[in-house]
Amino acid sequence: MSDLIKKDASELAGMVASREVSAVEVAQAHLDRIAAVDGAVNAFLHVDTEGALASASAVDAKVKAGEQLSVLAGVPLGLKDILATNGLPTTCGSRVLDGWIPPYDATVVTKLREAGIVILGKTNMDEFAMGSSTEHSAFGPTHNPWDLERIPGGSGGGSSACVSAFEAPLAIGTDTGGSIRQPAAVTGSVGVKPTYGGVSRYGIVALASSLDQAGPCARNVLDTALLHSVIAGHDPMDSTSINSPVPDVIAAAKRADIKGMKVGVIKELGGEGYQAGVRTRFDESVALIESLGAEVVEVSCPSFPAALAAYYLILPSEASSNLAKFDGIRFGNRVGDDGSKSVEQVMSETRAAGFGPEVTRRIILGTYALSAGYYDAYYGQAQKVRTLIKQDFDASFAKVDVLISPTAPTTAFKIGEKLDDPLAMYLNDVATIPVNMAGLPGMSLPIGLAPEDNLPVGLQIIAPAMADDRLYNVGAAIERELLTKWGGPILGLAPELAGA
Amino acid sequence: MSGISQEDVAHLAHLARIDIPTDELGHYAKQLDAILNAVAEVSSLDTADVVAMSHPVPMTNVFREDTPGVSLTAEQALSGAPAVEDGRFRVPRILDEE
Repeated sequence: MSDLIKKDASELAGMVASREVSAVEVAQAHLDRIAAVDGAVNAFLHVDTEGALASASAVDAKVKAGEQLSVLAGVPLGLKDILATNGLPTTCGSRVLDGWIPPYDATVVTKLREAGIVILGKTNMDEFAMGSSTEHSAFGPTHNPWDLERIPGGSGGGSSACVSAFEAPLAIGTDTGGSIRQPAAVTGSVGVKPTYGGVSRYGIVALASSLDQAGPCARNVLDTALLHSVIAGHDPMDSTSINSPVPDVIAAAKRADIKGMKVGVIKELGGEGYQAGVRTRFDESVALIESLGAEVVEVSCPSFPAALAAYYLILPSEASSNLAKFDGIRFGNRVGDDGSKSVEQVMSETRAAGFGPEVTRRIILGTYALSAGYYDAYYGQAQKVRTLIKQDFDASFAKVDVLISPTAPTTAFKIGEKLDDPLAMYLNDVATIPVNMAGLPGMSLPIGLAPEDNLPVGLQIIAPAMADDRLYNVGAAIERELLTKWGGPILGLAPELAGA
Repeated sequence: MSGISQEDVAHLAHLARIDIPTDELGHYAKQLDAILNAVAEVSSLDTADVVAMSHPVPMTNVFREDTPGVSLTAEQALSGAPAVEDGRFRVPRILDEE
């Protein structure tokens, strides 16, 4: 196994810039790693060997010409298969888009290419980002590198798994109710959902437009900040994009000083329903934060117990509308068009053949929640609960600088365990959902292994809107102490994968 | 709140244009019923004076300069279409036969 794949993104970028190693060698080392282990992990739906080597070669040419490079030029990345990529398949983990090749790039993809980041391929995900385990992918589940019989989280399980399996030092995910943070938590990696509107949604297939946000995944806080700085910023192509300066997340990740800060523990996110080992590591983090000179207080967010219910009305409602475009007319697969059937019949057959059971469930649920006679009781009421959630956050941030909770109630569960029990699956996102409802930035940071199963546990850090930099400052301060305690990165404790 | 029957699922599936096989309607009805019972929790909070929130960032009328730019060509726009005829999307018939 090449040493290159174990290196941090920032280190690789420095080595490429100083010509210690070529970007092509870095890309090839990661492509070799994918060839060796991805048969077992299944993080990638599509590997773009030719494109990756061409991008890397272009970076090497710039290095030779003495051109100024971006902070991550020549560093490889896995891209969630929900972002449109010009000339590369984009399936969203769904049969309905199997074989579709977009004619344009998402804004995030354009920014990655401009920064000289080498896109290795497209990563697996729950179909249309609906799920917490990546088992709802039409192309088979992704396996957690810590234990191949367990889930890597979801919906962005391909992105979290490729980072933690050393197939790529960086990945892009999207987070509608926790799809970046929960996968990061269960794979021992770092993931950030930026402030809603902080990263352009243009070219990202919409699940729930008022909740979706793309963000960075990596193996440490600084690399995550570097990637965040590359993809964030105002985009005229996204009318919900925030037109104000990107918080200086890189400086914050380097500051790592929380002395004098006030940190709030959310009373409603913890305790009952949370695995014992998750609580143990969380309590240790609270003590660690105090030892670093921050003041920790408990805050109450009384509406949060209703957040999950409100989310599972708002999300299906928006999704049922957003997914109406997958009808086999303008793109994607068409089923049953034998010349005798009406367009309605063809659409119905196309969607039945193209959508898996979870997508079907949520579309039906959303259709119901938006029906005349039920609208006020379901969707309307959920929107009011959303207001209460935002008010709880506002009241909390009047007292503290950041909020913390466990990222997920449990460590990674076994593949198949919750597949046909939607309600049990939905509970995985109970701690991450409130953050999306209010449009806030949130990070998941690895804080150790649960003693009972030796699987990673994540700490969720939440900041006010457009204060994403606070996540990185707090995350880096905790990370520095834990690296000393562990004697190195937590992923060094993961078992070696066969074939490597 | 009310339960959801197989007939309800069939009706909703028609509205959503998903041709769910008849023998799967019961399974969906059971699962959706359980989900609806759980999400009924939204009614547990007092929201009498609460204004509904549809979006985390309050914005209205976001404008940009109306400047000409590069857009997709007809060929690019049609490149992923399942059926094309004369430079247009070809669709199944949209009217019932008379």
